[in-house]
Amino acid sequence: MIVNEQIAVDHGLKKDEYAKICELLKRTPNITELGIFSAMWNEHCSYKSSRLHLKKLPTKGKKVIQGPGENAGVIDIDDNDAIVFKIESHNHPSFIEPYQGAATGVGGIMRDVFTMGARPIANLNSIHFGSPQHKKTKNLLRGVVHGIGGYGNCMGVPTIAGQTSFDSSYNGNILVNAMTLGLVKKDKIFYSKAAGLNKPVIYVGSKTGRDGIHGASMASASFDEKIEEKKPTVQVGDPFTEKLLLEACLELMAGDSIIAIQDMGAAGLTSSSIEMASKGNLGIEINLNKVPCRETKMTPYEIMLSESQERMLIVLENGKEDHAKKIFDKWNLDFAVIGKTTKSKKIELYFDEERVADIPVNTLVENSPMYNRKWKKAKLPKKNKIKKEDIKHLKIIDTLKKILTNPNVCSKEWIWQQYDHTVMGDTIQKPGGDAGVVRVHGTDKAVAASIDSSAVYCWAHPLTGGKQVVCESFRNLISVGAKPIAITNCLNFGSPENEENMGEFVECVEGIGEASDYLKFPVVSGNVSFYNQTKDQGIKPTPAIGGVGLIKDYKNMITMDFKKVDNLVLVIGKTEGHIDQSLFARIILDEKNGPPPEVNLFNEKNNGETLLKLIDNKLIQSAHDVSLGGIITAVAKMCIKGKKGINIKKPKYLINEIEYLFAEDQGRYILEINKKDYRKVADILNKNAVHFDELGTISENEVYINDKTKVTIDELSTSNKSWLTNYMSK
Amino acid sequence: MKSSVITFPGSNCDRDMEVALKKFGFKNKMVWHADAELPKSDLVVLPGGFSYGDYLRCGSMASKSKIMNSVINFANSGGMVMGICNGFQILVETGLVPGVLLRNKYLEFICKNVFVKINNKQNKYFKNVNNEVLEFHIAHNEGNYFCTKDQLKEIEDNNQIAINYCDENGKVEDKFNPNGSIKNIAGIFNKEKNVLGMMPHPERMIDTSLSGEDGSLFFKNLINNLK
Repeated sequence: MIVNEQIAVDHGLKKDEYAKICELLKRTPNITELGIFSAMWNEHCSYKSSRLHLKKLPTKGKKVIQGPGENAGVIDIDDNDAIVFKIESHNHPSFIEPYQGAATGVGGIMRDVFTMGARPIANLNSIHFGSPQHKKTKNLLRGVVHGIGGYGNCMGVPTIAGQTSFDSSYNGNILVNAMTLGLVKKDKIFYSKAAGLNKPVIYVGSKTGRDGIHGASMASASFDEKIEEKKPTVQVGDPFTEKLLLEACLELMAGDSIIAIQDMGAAGLTSSSIEMASKGNLGIEINLNKVPCRETKMTPYEIMLSESQERMLIVLENGKEDHAKKIFDKWNLDFAVIGKTTKSKKIELYFDEERVADIPVNTLVENSPMYNRKWKKAKLPKKNKIKKEDIKHLKIIDTLKKILTNPNVCSKEWIWQQYDHTVMGDTIQKPGGDAGVVRVHGTDKAVAASIDSSAVYCWAHPLTGGKQVVCESFRNLISVGAKPIAITNCLNFGSPENEENMGEFVECVEGIGEASDYLKFPVVSGNVSFYNQTKDQGIKPTPAIGGVGLIKDYKNMITMDFKKVDNLVLVIGKTEGHIDQSLFARIILDEKNGPPPEVNLFNEKNNGETLLKLIDNKLIQSAHDVSLGGIITAVAKMCIKGKKGINIKKPKYLINEIEYLFAEDQGRYILEINKKDYRKVADILNKNAVHFDELGTISENEVYINDKTKVTIDELSTSNKSWLTNYMSK
Repeated sequence: MKSSVITFPGSNCDRDMEVALKKFGFKNKMVWHADAELPKSDLVVLPGGFSYGDYLRCGSMASKSKIMNSVINFANSGGMVMGICNGFQILVETGLVPGVLLRNKYLEFICKNVFVKINNKQNKYFKNVNNEVLEFHIAHNEGNYFCTKDQLKEIEDNNQIAINYCDENGKVEDKFNPNGSIKNIAGIFNKEKNVLGMMPHPERMIDTSLSGEDGSLFFKNLINNLK
């Protein structure tokens, strides 16, 4: 087939990009070469619209061993231990085929982590669906949950935390973001940079099939009515093979045979071989006849673009082939020497003794397009004035119940009970808390991880929203007693070719950067997913932040369930009564405009660090951050978890009761303390200039507000737990 | 006391089981599925996981592994063999314990704490356990125990039911049955009571920071009974 401009356009390349390819090669590419360019230059692999802005994120810190640019980020957790972690999106495939899309998302992110030599110890996920009333939502949710469970459970890696939301902006584009944490010894981290000439290039894992061809290109385009036809671009996962691959790789990594290793994720053999060559400033020569294929008569084009799962590419030390092969044979996995490193700085492919591709590596990587797309700055919306008569008639308990039943607040037990969250025997905080916590096996340390996003705030004002998500992650880690170390981000947006969507991206990234810089909470890895869009309708901007923190002694971990009757409950952080963009505004007042709550980074840091001090001094019995639904929702959840009640006496000198209880001001936590510790706690808070209110005392099993309104915990618990189960069983 | 934990391709609770066994005093060896001989053991454990990806039928391929000949001989000569979760599924496939394990009634994987009532203490697994009810943890997709009427009669006549799902007070009722198992069966013995298959994972309940401590109680008691 002779390549022309139309064929290039059909591959998702722009006309000027095709012209640039011809110019770089000084000739017309053949079809295999064109396929390789299209795979490397699409948005998903090249970050061509985002690179410019991502550069601004803070990526360094005392605890950062490896920032963005590798398979995953790596942070130091002392004693020669390190945590490898990353988040990745699998949005487009999950909409087309929810089970396989979600499953391979989980498989892919785990591979990114064990490629670096780390054993995965925890999975998390952030999943977003359309309105519950939308005809596709239920099946998509069921399929995604089954897919995540199907893969993670089989791998024997606990899924310890997650986030699920519903919003009509995801009706045509759901989001599935998967995150994995792995544990590695600091001196046994593996990288993807090839080194040395004539080193054998090894293919291991599953055989290559025709699945997932153009998967990365599909994920770099908007959806239209013909999206169902794209099903063949979705890969099919085999967690059993991945489990074997994990064990085999870790066994080989225990020795010193590996120079570089890279998993075959998006754009398969193409991106893995090119990345290794590019990082090592080398060439790679591959004989495609040696690639283990699942199907007959596969062409070089298909072999290079297949996104078959559970495959790895390794550059080995010379003479280690037999040793490595023995390990992969033991685990019943394919093993083939398919090529070698060369000094040519080119990617050279042979098939049936013919050279089928010959491309300088730098043309694919350094010369890939980078766009400074046009974007529009968002204005801060005007504040709404809440009329007294709109809220005067509201009954607090009824309102609270409505909020607890809301799909975005209700208990997600139906989801996480389908994930094995206890395998590996180190899960000390299960899903349903502020963050999941796993012990570092065999030590007193524990690692906390949380995943957050606030699409509504980001949509109302991207800059504030970007900051807020980082702060929320910070708070969630602190609430369990962990010192926040670093984050990974998954940036889910609409089309970068639309100025408004691009503006949302640019300003969210700016917000994330500002907050992570101020909080010393750097970004060590991440992923961008654009084109979450159907025709011209994009999703609400949804950056998801995965935060990781360390608890030095796991026995000091904090949980959110109320512990003991008569203990005092405090709110730290000031409540100004910010109602705009709160859940209360949206579902009770039906008001969708206005600015999101302001983020004050100084308070955020000060309040958080002071709380950590209180925890270090063993003064805290339980803690929970205040987020969706405000103080009363946070308190209700602590009551439900602890099966205890509370007697709330609203501080008198403040704003009106409704605003106080439902506002979503930032930087706040609810704390339970022992009465006898009150003085000590108050002293520490005052000394650090942290505002606090005394909210009430813990009681048997009812919530009392100002001695009059009351409701039993059972009633609240039923409101909170029933919605999702009922929805899914209908 | 010596124990052996078998690792099949796809086993993923093998390490957890070893950690638990060692914690309570066993000298444990990990045994590879392709080995022919079992090391000298007082207890052999088939761990949880997804042996062979649960492809074909859960446990069916693992039951034909090379090591299983030795395990079956060991069991038939009175050796203690315990299968947990996927290990239970392997045991039913070998025929060492009766019945089959179907997909959970609601077609969903379940991971949560459950209560089980000990039905028979006249064996080395549960003898001297003071409690009538234990809090254990389950994590499975195919734990729905089923057998024929005749088998059930035989099982009951021989007192082969080990544990039943129940509430915290030991009430065995349908509403406390997480997966649809016949008679709320969570674990079952062979006729001689030296082979135990059960869905719950006691190895995940071995310290207060985890899901609970009733697993500790189970293992402490088990090693004492074997001494």
